[in-house]
Amino acid sequence: MKVTMRVNGQTREADIEPRWLLVHVLREKMGLTGTNVGCDTSQCGACTVLMDGMAVKSCNVLAVQADGADITTIEGLKTDGAYHPVQQAFWDNHGLQCGFCTPGMIMTSIDLLREHDNPSDDTIRRGLEGNLCRCTGYENIVRSVRDAADKM
Amino acid sequence: MYPASFEYYAPTSVSEALALMAKNADARLLAGGHSLLPAMKLRLATPPTLIDIGKIKDLTGINDLGDKVSLGALTTHCQVERSALLKSVCPLLPEVASHIGDRQVRNRGTIGGSIAHADPAADYPAALLALGAVIEAQGSGGKRNLNADDLFTGLFQTALNANEIVTAVHVPKTDGAGNGVAYAKFPHPASRYAIAGVAVWVKIENDSVANIRIGVTGAADHAQRAKKAEAALQGKPMTDENIAGSANVAADGLSTMGDIFASADYRAHLVNTLALQALNQAHARAHGWH
Repeated sequence: MKVTMRVNGQTREADIEPRWLLVHVLREKMGLTGTNVGCDTSQCGACTVLMDGMAVKSCNVLAVQADGADITTIEGLKTDGAYHPVQQAFWDNHGLQCGFCTPGMIMTSIDLLREHDNPSDDTIRRGLEGNLCRCTGYENIVRSVRDAADKM
Repeated sequence: MYPASFEYYAPTSVSEALALMAKNADARLLAGGHSLLPAMKLRLATPPTLIDIGKIKDLTGINDLGDKVSLGALTTHCQVERSALLKSVCPLLPEVASHIGDRQVRNRGTIGGSIAHADPAADYPAALLALGAVIEAQGSGGKRNLNADDLFTGLFQTALNANEIVTAVHVPKTDGAGNGVAYAKFPHPASRYAIAGVAVWVKIENDSVANIRIGVTGAADHAQRAKKAEAALQGKPMTDENIAGSANVAADGLSTMGDIFASADYRAHLVNTLALQALNQAHARAHGWH
């Protein structure tokens, strides 16, 4: 069946089976491979994208559920060649090592910062509970989100 | 991982959904999908038909009905957590919602889905029992109301009929003087499901307990009230001694379950410990001490 969604500001269509997950449509039909599949059991958050502004795990949403929705992936964050403040803060504060979890971390952080413009470290840690990083020990990730909050 | 193939329908009204259910006896309802889709990806569930009720507008919204608040079945955990109305008049529900899963899960998961799924370690059932919530369901024969007390009947089992849809949840207002609520939970560190969780609603009048309800989740095959602990406090002042006496019998009468994460005995111990924490906090809140 056909689904239509607005992805990073562009209207995109895909012809899919109902069992296709949003992450598969983004990666395999639309070529947006910045969104990673980590655990595939909706634990790790690497596949997080924004759906109508809310952070969701795209490996746990059917693409048909996203029919008509507005989706933002990591590829949609740059404006006029400049990184999104959260992307820049992860860069500046070395909020990553291997980088696999980073797109999901950034998307969840954007959702979090929309709710809390000046979050405490505790709020950041709780907000990122659904995103696992196996490299960093999280310290620089928390620092990155705080830095982004200061600059946004 | 892909789910097995299924037929997909996305009705836009409850009556349309009920008609589809009548035609597809083995169909499953899909709301937020945060319990069903993981099970389908693991092929633990292979429904031949999915009826996606996520686009039915009539099932959304949080409304003030005077002495109670109504939540549409599609209300997400995040909407409950952030609802100014609920925070003010029924603060137990947003408190409990904030404990569910993680941010992304709360953005998608729904209260109706959680109720119908009846996971023995879900957070909401404890709160719904403590609040004496009423669950509204609609089937081909019309609407009916179920008390939370009668709803959860076993492991992933409810008193809902196969042809019924949860349409709304009604919770009482608990903002009057002397009311105190609290939720104490020991979460599984990875999944955030409750190893055990205890929700309390107490109403104090003339320094004595006029009414108390305690809901327990995670400990047994389904959420239940801790009736012995309630009886131990009913009509009595909430002294430290009485609170401890109540908490000590919180797990009595529950058939606690053991699994790889926690033995049955340990779960019973957790229930008593969490009951003590929740009772103390509800007591403090009833007096406005916090």
